[in-house]
Parts: sequence; structure tokens; C-alpha cells
Amino acid sequence: MAGRAGKTGDLGFRMGTGAFALVLVLIVCAIGFELTRQSMLSINKFGLSFWRTEIWDPVAGEFGALPFIWGTLYSSILALVFATPIALGIAVFISELCPNWLRQPLVFLTELLAAIPSIVYGLWGIFVLVPAVRAVEAALPDVLRALPIFKGPPLGVGMLAAGLILAVMVIPFTSSVAREVLKAVPGAQREGAYALGATRFEAIRAALFYARTGIVGAVMLGFGRALGETMAVTMVIGNNPRISASLFAPQYTMAAVLANEFTEADTELYLNALIEIGLVLFVITLLVNSMSRLLIWSMARSKSAAPAEPATPPTVAEAA
Amino acid sequence: MTSRSTVGRKLLSSLFVGFCALSVLVALVPLAFVLFFVVSEGISAVNLDFFTKMPKPVGEAGGGMANAIVGTLILTGLGSAFAVPIGVLSGVYMSEYAGTRLASLVRFAADTLNGVPSIVIGVFVYGIAVLPFKQFSAFAGGLALGVMMIPIIARTTEELLLLVPGTMREGALALGATRSRAVFTVVLPSALPGIITGIVLALARIAGETAPLLFTSFNNRFFTTSLTQPISSLTVQVFTYAISPYKDWHRQAWAGALVLVTIVLLCSLLARFATRRLESIQSM
Repeated sequence: MAGRAGKTGDLGFRMGTGAFALVLVLIVCAIGFELTRQSMLSINKFGLSFWRTEIWDPVAGEFGALPFIWGTLYSSILALVFATPIALGIAVFISELCPNWLRQPLVFLTELLAAIPSIVYGLWGIFVLVPAVRAVEAALPDVLRALPIFKGPPLGVGMLAAGLILAVMVIPFTSSVAREVLKAVPGAQREGAYALGATRFEAIRAALFYARTGIVGAVMLGFGRALGETMAVTMVIGNNPRISASLFAPQYTMAAVLANEFTEADTELYLNALIEIGLVLFVITLLVNSMSRLLIWSMARSKSAAPAEPATPPTVAEAA
Repeated sequence: MTSRSTVGRKLLSSLFVGFCALSVLVALVPLAFVLFFVVSEGISAVNLDFFTKMPKPVGEAGGGMANAIVGTLILTGLGSAFAVPIGVLSGVYMSEYAGTRLASLVRFAADTLNGVPSIVIGVFVYGIAVLPFKQFSAFAGGLALGVMMIPIIARTTEELLLLVPGTMREGALALGATRSRAVFTVVLPSALPGIITGIVLALARIAGETAPLLFTSFNNRFFTTSLTQPISSLTVQVFTYAISPYKDWHRQAWAGALVLVTIVLLCSLLARFATRRLESIQSM
């Protein structure tokens, strides 16, 4: 390198590092290509009916993915319902309300939630959360048990446990991005509100409203995480491919069926059907994440001069 | 707003502040619970045997996870071997040629890859590294972990290189250095602690991954260091034990979880202190 001079060296350097950078792009393309190629058998055989069929019976060779789509959407939306208010509350508390000395420790602790491996959440889910959920389910009065969302025996494993554990796992992602987004709101917004005699809540509401695009982005980022979360959900959702509106019913998600049945797929068609589920999971998370990034990015770009990088997931180090 | 009384507005405001403070507590409760159970359940099963012995058959008490611990080390090592060169050099490209179209494309690809569910990475690697050889292998598992590490390393490297003052690079260029020389002798070395931090962080993230290993490196009851054979890992072993019906295996699963959490926390803390030091140097 030292011997080479001027333009040739620079060009070589650019090409060299560029080639490695290109590998990254190629990997993403390869994932899409490979998943499509490996699921052709199922795509050709079932077409769109794959996504409308409720029956998943590998032994009979019947593959319908509707129960998994249902379970994935249900559990992720449930997680958002639990997680969003809490995550936004945390973001507001840390960025607007809490005393300075408390800020770093709180950021560190909330982001610790993101550092704990999924499998550890799952283990805890099986032995601690599920029995607790079962007790709560059993204690529910009969009047409520008659409602369709509380139907079924109190098993503990099921949609409710999955939604709860997902919520815990999603909170650090949503709250960390929401915090970044709130940071990008100009101070003049709040000062203006206070000057007009606003209460704290009214001033913060103004800031939240100002940041709404980014906040929606933060929530979507959490949604993207929830859609693909595998181990913890697999361990508490009950793994039953049956569509139900009940929070108590054991159900199944796209990620969970891959984790459970992939190594058991004994026919080519079975394997292809599973890979097609992976393909759709890939496409859905890609769309949700891109949309979320677009929202956060447009907010960060238009509202702040600082190059905020909220799209990267939170890490404990960033708390430093 | 005007129609409401001042008292009402103040009350609403206090309620809101209370709600926000409460949210923090609500989020910290599961954290405390998870850590409490992992430590209290795991500590009794973590002993020397756990690190040095092999798993015992069902019914026999004791035994350890020596094979799984070595497996996790091999898998994360392989993952780093794939990911560090690609990650760091893509990061260099993104920061050196920040304005180019390829740089934005790579940035987009890195963020996309970061959001791909880990189980999908597993399916992908199954297709390219397991199916063709009809064999689960440590190599495939390492590849899957590597794919997950690349975007993390690339993005941290990019961010940290951008923190290196432009004057340092310009100084090198003014002395007649080529771009590559400036990068490799001036820019990269000053960002090196940060880049290592990024790698440690990526390691912390993937050491706890289970989903991408389920059908790439699979699992193995026996001790192996062969890259072409299925290999055990802490995470997959914890999963297997957790869903088993045996009490003794549950104990082992908790012990495995404790070891995992310790590894992840140590890496995270290490990275945190390194970043803090880096920032204090930068601000001087």
C-alpha cells in the first residue's frame, strides 16, 4: 500500500472497501432470493390459497398458513397495546420529567431489558409468567369468562402470556426511539407552550404532537420487533394452529412454527411450506421496518440538524 | 383547553406525570423479576461441574454443559470471523464515501438486515449451508450468527469513524498520504477502541441468540470441535432443557440462563465503559 501512489491507490481502496460493502447488500438480496427459490414448490401448489386456508395438517399434506398469520398479528398487536403507553410514558419521563441524576441509570436499566436474551425471557415465561397468568385466568369471574376474548380453560399458556412477554421485549425499542424523537423537538416548542400558560401535560402534549411522525415510527419499529420475535413466544403461546379470538387460547405464530417444525419437516412440500412462511415473515418485517425508518428519518431530518440515528436498536452502550 | 378550569388542568397534568413515572416502574418490575429468578434459580446449579462436565442422560443427576459452552465459543468465534472484516470495511466505506449512492444503499441494507427476524436468517442459512451438504454444522451456525453481526458492526464502525475529527484526516492527506493510508494509519487507529466496542456489543447480542441456530448448528449431545458436525450451544441447550419434563434439566436450564445473562451483561458493561472513555477523549 505504501508503495502505491496517488489515484491508483485511492481507486483500489475505494473498490476494495466497496466490494465488502456490496456483500452486505448482496446478503439482503440473497435472503429474498433464496427464500423464494426454496419455497417454489409450495408457492406453485397452493398459490394464494395458502394464506386463506385455516387447516395445517402436515400428516395429511394440507398446509394453510392463516392460523400463523393470525397468531403473529394478534400477539404483536396485543403487545403494542400493552407496550405503547408504557414505552411512551418512559420516554417522556426520561427525556422531559426526571431529574438529571436519574436519567442515565434509568436509560441503562430500560435498555437492559433489550439486552436479556429471548431464550431467557422464554424460560422465565414458562416457569414464572405462565403459572401467574394461569392463576389470574382462573380467578376471573364467570361473567367475564362468558365473553369471547376470555373463552376457554385457564391454561396459562396462550395469547395473553405471549402478548405480555412480547410487550416487555418491545418496550425498550419503542421507548429508546421515542426518546430520540422527543430530543429532536426544538425547545422553543415547549417554551412557547409554557409561555402561554400551559401546564406540564399540555406542553408535553404539544411536543408529542409535534413529534407525531417519529412517534408513529417508534411504535412501528416495536411492531416489527414483535412480529419476528421467536423463542420467548414459542415457549409460552401454546403452539396450537387454531384461530381463536380468545386471549386464553393456545395459538401459534409464524416464527414459532418455524422454530418448532422446521427440523421435523419430513417431506419436500412441508419444508417448502415452512420456508414460504419465512419468506412472508421476511417481507412483512421488511415493509414495517422500512416504513418505520422512513417516518423516524423524515422527522429527524426535518426537525433537527443533528444526525440522529434512532433506527439502530438500543444498546446498553448507547446509554453511556 | 380554555373551557376547563385551572384546577382540572393542573390535576390532569399531575395525573400525567404520575402515569409516566408509573410506566418506568411497570417496565422495571419484569426486569427485576427476570434477573431475580435467573440468579436465585440458577445459582444453585452453577458449579464447577457445570463448566467441566458433559450432560448426563435423563435420570442421572448432575452433569454440566461443557460441550455447549465450548460450542457457543466456537459459534461466536466463527460468526466474528465472518462478520468483522465485512462489517468493519463496509463501515469504512460508508463513512469515507458517505455521499455516494452505494453508501446509502449499504446503509439501507444494513438497517434492513438488522430488522430481519433471527429465525428468518436461520431459514436462509439452512438453504445455503445446510441443504446443499445435507448436514447441520457448526459452520452453518457460525454463518447465521455472522450474518446477524455484520449490520451491527458496520453501523457502529461508520458512526465512530465519523466522530474522528476531519482535521486529522485532512492533516494526513495534506502530508501527501493516499486515502487508504490516511484511513488505515490515522482514522482507523483513533477509532479502534470504538470499533472494538461495536464488535463486543455485536457479540453480546448474538451470544444469546437461539432461533438462528435451531436448524443450522442444531444440537449435539457429545463434545465436538469439528466445524462440519452439528454442535451444541448454550442457548439451544437451555431451550431443550426448558421444554423437557425433567426437574433436573430445568435446574440446568436456569444455570445456563444465568451464564448467558452474565456473559451478555459483562459484554454490555465492557462496551459501556469503553464508549464512555472514548467520548471523554473526544470531548477533550
